[in-house]
Amino acid sequence: MRSSAAVEVAGLVKRYGSRTAVDGLDLTVARGTVTAFLGPNGAGKTTTVETCEGYRRPDSGTVRVLGLDPVAQSAELRPRIGVMLQSGGIYPTARAEETLRHMAALHAHPLEVPALIERLGLGGCGRTPYRRLSGGQQQRLGLALALVGRPELVFLDEPTAGLDPQARHATWDLVRELRADGVTVLLTTHAMDEAEELSDDVAIVDGGRVIAQGSPEELCRGGAENTLRFTGRPGLDLKSLLKALPPQTGAAELSPGSYRLTGTVDPQLLATVTSWCAQNGVLPDRISVERRTLEDVFLELTGKELRS
Amino acid sequence: MTGTGTGTTGGRYAPAPGAAPLPRMVRAQAWLETRTQLRNGEQLLLTVVIPTLLLVLFSAVDIVDTGRGSRVDFLAPGILALAVLSTAFTGQAIATGFERRYGVLKRLGASPLPRWGLMTAKTCSVLVIEALQVLLLSAVALVLGWSPHGNPAAVLLLLLLGTAAFSGLGLLMAGTLRAEATLAAANLVFILLLVGGGVVVPLERFPDGAQSVLQLLPISALSDGLREVLRHGTGMPWGDLGVLAVWAVLGLGAAARFFKWE
Repeated sequence: MRSSAAVEVAGLVKRYGSRTAVDGLDLTVARGTVTAFLGPNGAGKTTTVETCEGYRRPDSGTVRVLGLDPVAQSAELRPRIGVMLQSGGIYPTARAEETLRHMAALHAHPLEVPALIERLGLGGCGRTPYRRLSGGQQQRLGLALALVGRPELVFLDEPTAGLDPQARHATWDLVRELRADGVTVLLTTHAMDEAEELSDDVAIVDGGRVIAQGSPEELCRGGAENTLRFTGRPGLDLKSLLKALPPQTGAAELSPGSYRLTGTVDPQLLATVTSWCAQNGVLPDRISVERRTLEDVFLELTGKELRS
Repeated sequence: MTGTGTGTTGGRYAPAPGAAPLPRMVRAQAWLETRTQLRNGEQLLLTVVIPTLLLVLFSAVDIVDTGRGSRVDFLAPGILALAVLSTAFTGQAIATGFERRYGVLKRLGASPLPRWGLMTAKTCSVLVIEALQVLLLSAVALVLGWSPHGNPAAVLLLLLLGTAAFSGLGLLMAGTLRAEATLAAANLVFILLLVGGGVVVPLERFPDGAQSVLQLLPISALSDGLREVLRHGTGMPWGDLGVLAVWAVLGLGAAARFFKWE
């Protein structure tokens, strides 16, 4: 019987000496989805992912990956996952294509190496030693190594860090293609736009726990206030507007003729604002509803101050 | 099943996971390691250039008194022992130390290749390089007038036990020290054992007290054993084989116990 989730982590605790890196973390990754694992540095992302990959033994809690125990059933699990390490894990003198061919040789039904090299734009540097590849090329080779064995589940650690915009979009397209073909992807990232673009599900981790999980839309919708902005004639009577609106709503004229409302921005509120404008002979020449971005949510949840 | 059509698509990346058959994995790994070693200039200096130079130089010029008989008959077995030391110990320690440092071992730890498969591959790679060294150095020695004796099986057994002993010690060093420390220490040990292990300098040149200690070194046992067989035609040098066996058990045991993969 196959477990329905690709990754199931429950109550994971991992300590290094006196430091608790992961403190009762729960995470579920559904099969066939892209899940982004977001968190500040030191939040416990890498430790959690490395526990899923079988590198670390949990101090307590359970971890199941494709229904298997990553430590006890490592031999069964390893052929089924693809791992992209941030550090590369490639010998500096090893050549790009030979590294990829070698990884392919360790698998039963690998992807065709030339096609994969082409797809990742590594065509010109097959014979280049790893240390002479550019940062972006090294990154893409790391990604290719994770994919060549045709895994069911791939772990990508900051797959687009250090890539130029073209390469970044190419990588995103590839991740979408993976999902379309039924591969489950768990990616850790600092890039909010990446998480928002790619993922079906986002898990925000801080202090060794998942503090929020949901689709980007769910996360952005919930919680604190949204904003509606409009421009019109300067000096509108905001008190009269507020009377028409729900009690929690705030209003301000930021600069002459530029207004901002904060509160629960829903269709009703928008309708109320426009009908108030009509009654008062105001034509708002620009009106916009601003959704919170994932970055807003993230900063709200994990705190705005930088941490060491 | 989720609503995204999991597993039913025939796309290019549709999952088809599985490990390759074990012999294929080990062969691929051994081949990669062998190529990496043969491409590495510093390693070739250690495994090919230095032993060949020492063999030619010390055979041609009377630098050290090697006792009665032709100098090359004394030197060739010692140089073969040095070749095993350079590949199984120094080369393997440095390569593995840097593989650990660059995360190569970690990366392979998530691949289908099991750890013991990796170790088997490393051993195969060491044996292939040693075979090339033995061929080359024997050819050079023969040109210099070497006339080997003895039982080839005894030579093979000595070389294999020597390889096991040095591999254990090399992996112990690579798996416990920082890569830079391994690089320095492995080279230092190479030079010390070259001088004090009966490779080019007969142990009889050392004071008695030092001699009895130096005799117990794996390099001394290997060079002495090879010399017994190849120079004097001894059947099986059991004493030397015993010393190598003890080092092999201790070295491999400690490496298995203390090796850190990251």
